[in-house]
Amino acid sequence: MTDPGGVSIVVRTVSRIMIPFIQLFGIYTIAHGETSAGGGFQGGVILGTSIILLSIVFGLKEADRRMPRELLTAFMCVGLLIYSGIGVLDLLSGGRYLEYSSLPLPLPPHEISALSILGVEIGIGITVMAVIILLFFCLAGERDA
Amino acid sequence: MIQHSPVLVVIIPLVTAFLIPLMGLLRKKYCIYLSVLSMLSIFVIAASIVTSLVSSGTIHYYLGGWEPPWGIEYVIDPLSSFMVILITFISLIIVVYSRRSVEKELPNNEVAFYTLFMLLITGLLGIVVTGDLFNLYVFLEIASLTAYALIAVGEKRDALVASFNYLIIGTIAACFILLGIGFLYMVTGSLNMADVSTRLPEAYGQYPKVVLAALAFFVVGLSIKVALFPLHLWLPNAYTHAPSTVSALLAALMTKVGAYVMIRIIFTVFGFSFITQITDIAPLMDILSIVGALAIIVGAVFAISQTDIKRMLAYSSVSQIGYIVLGIGLSNPIGLTGGILHILHHAFMKGCLFLAVGAIIYRTGIRDIFDFQGIGRKMPYTMLAFSIAALSMVGIPPLCGFFSKWFLVLGAIESKSWKVFFSLVILSSSLLNAGYFFRILERTWFGESPYSQRDEAPISMLLPTLTLAAGCILLGVLIFVSHPFIVSIVDTLF
Repeated sequence: MTDPGGVSIVVRTVSRIMIPFIQLFGIYTIAHGETSAGGGFQGGVILGTSIILLSIVFGLKEADRRMPRELLTAFMCVGLLIYSGIGVLDLLSGGRYLEYSSLPLPLPPHEISALSILGVEIGIGITVMAVIILLFFCLAGERDA
Repeated sequence: MIQHSPVLVVIIPLVTAFLIPLMGLLRKKYCIYLSVLSMLSIFVIAASIVTSLVSSGTIHYYLGGWEPPWGIEYVIDPLSSFMVILITFISLIIVVYSRRSVEKELPNNEVAFYTLFMLLITGLLGIVVTGDLFNLYVFLEIASLTAYALIAVGEKRDALVASFNYLIIGTIAACFILLGIGFLYMVTGSLNMADVSTRLPEAYGQYPKVVLAALAFFVVGLSIKVALFPLHLWLPNAYTHAPSTVSALLAALMTKVGAYVMIRIIFTVFGFSFITQITDIAPLMDILSIVGALAIIVGAVFAISQTDIKRMLAYSSVSQIGYIVLGIGLSNPIGLTGGILHILHHAFMKGCLFLAVGAIIYRTGIRDIFDFQGIGRKMPYTMLAFSIAALSMVGIPPLCGFFSKWFLVLGAIESKSWKVFFSLVILSSSLLNAGYFFRILERTWFGESPYSQRDEAPISMLLPTLTLAAGCILLGVLIFVSHPFIVSIVDTLF
């Protein structure tokens, strides 16, 4: 039971079921960055691998249709802008660059810190995911070029 | 906002580097304007840093509000402010110049080019403002990695080989520097430069060999980064095959920043008194001065034997780095004044030369020196700028190159030891410089010209080149303005 691409139906079905859970686990890892093991780098890589699995099983074309390179470039930059943007917000609200507790939120300082770090981790996660996928696309697409 | 200026000069180019790809998705043409805008704003900030430094002294900035030695500290002292203003000015000039040149040499790659370009500027500025050893290493890596990539996008396939060689050698250098930082951290328990400096005498009492090894790793690693002879092998190919704009930027700033780090490590982290104290075991300054003198002569001799103009300028850079290192090695204030002045003057001269050559390559594609016959008639203003910078390199008064050599000679005489001999090296190297520049100037201006019509470079390339040429004259004529400033920098180091 194989399709013309040579990937069996078992692999395709299992991937189809697994990919959402991999992504969920990636998001869980990112969200746990500031309190326990995990963080933007690890979570971003896990998110990236879900798309890499998609492109291995269903082909580069299908993956490129779902995640166009322009979108990935935009993700890469937006993630970094979230990180440095939080730093700039700290500057604007009177603190030093990346002095998280200076944000004017109605919360105790350590809560604001934790919240900012979560924001930073999300930024890192988005960037790492986009870079991992882009690296894979570039390397895997080399033969066609 | 002025108290935030140390961090702003780093994050403005950094954020611009991330905005450029987004802008590239919408309108590719606007990337250059975004870069120019960002460079202009950090130049203004750099100017405000210098004025506030004069009135209120050294600026300390604690990143994230964490105090040193725990957090990362940005320090702007006179030497840093000097480098910041130099880097921002030269890169502003080069980014204005880059538009037409990049359009032609790297069609459809503008977005990637300007992203890497802004990241390189971020790295260079980060190196000079940080007061933290590990942070310095991180910025050094940002600058190096972007430089490898920028060299690799050169037109020919040779650029890839040149970039790969630079990558391997540069990575070894970075490893050495990281080992040096690690050894210092091991014995002092700190990464903050000022803190390491105060703890070092005690650490040296306990672990003398570790401290000496750290010093050796730093010096060798940085010698590779500044392309000090005989560790210069990566430089000629990298400068020859990189796109014109990149050659200009690397030649004017990259090696200068390496020289800055060398001065910073030797004079601020280890301290001049420490270096003189260990001079019996490790005669660092003597070694640096001898190697610097060798680099001056060998670089110039190699430059004479080249026929490719960019390769000739690259070997000339090897020679000029020798002057700066010799200025450090003379180990007296006048010699170091000459060395730091040469950082400034050489950035202007070599930047101008590479920009002029880039304009010639843009218009005619000529790279061979023998094809320069009569090109002065075709591109008179470009060659005027080239000639001014070349004469300045030779050391004709009142152009700026004369004065840095003058102070180096004075420093050599001041040392009152066998180092007096180096004054002869400097003087004879001027003759060698004259040798390789006059053969071009003679071909350019005299004799038959195959060109009958004037065909100048575009104005956006010509103006930056002429600005740097004017800078060569002004820095020479106005030496009485810059000299006291450099002396005040040197006073903070000894």
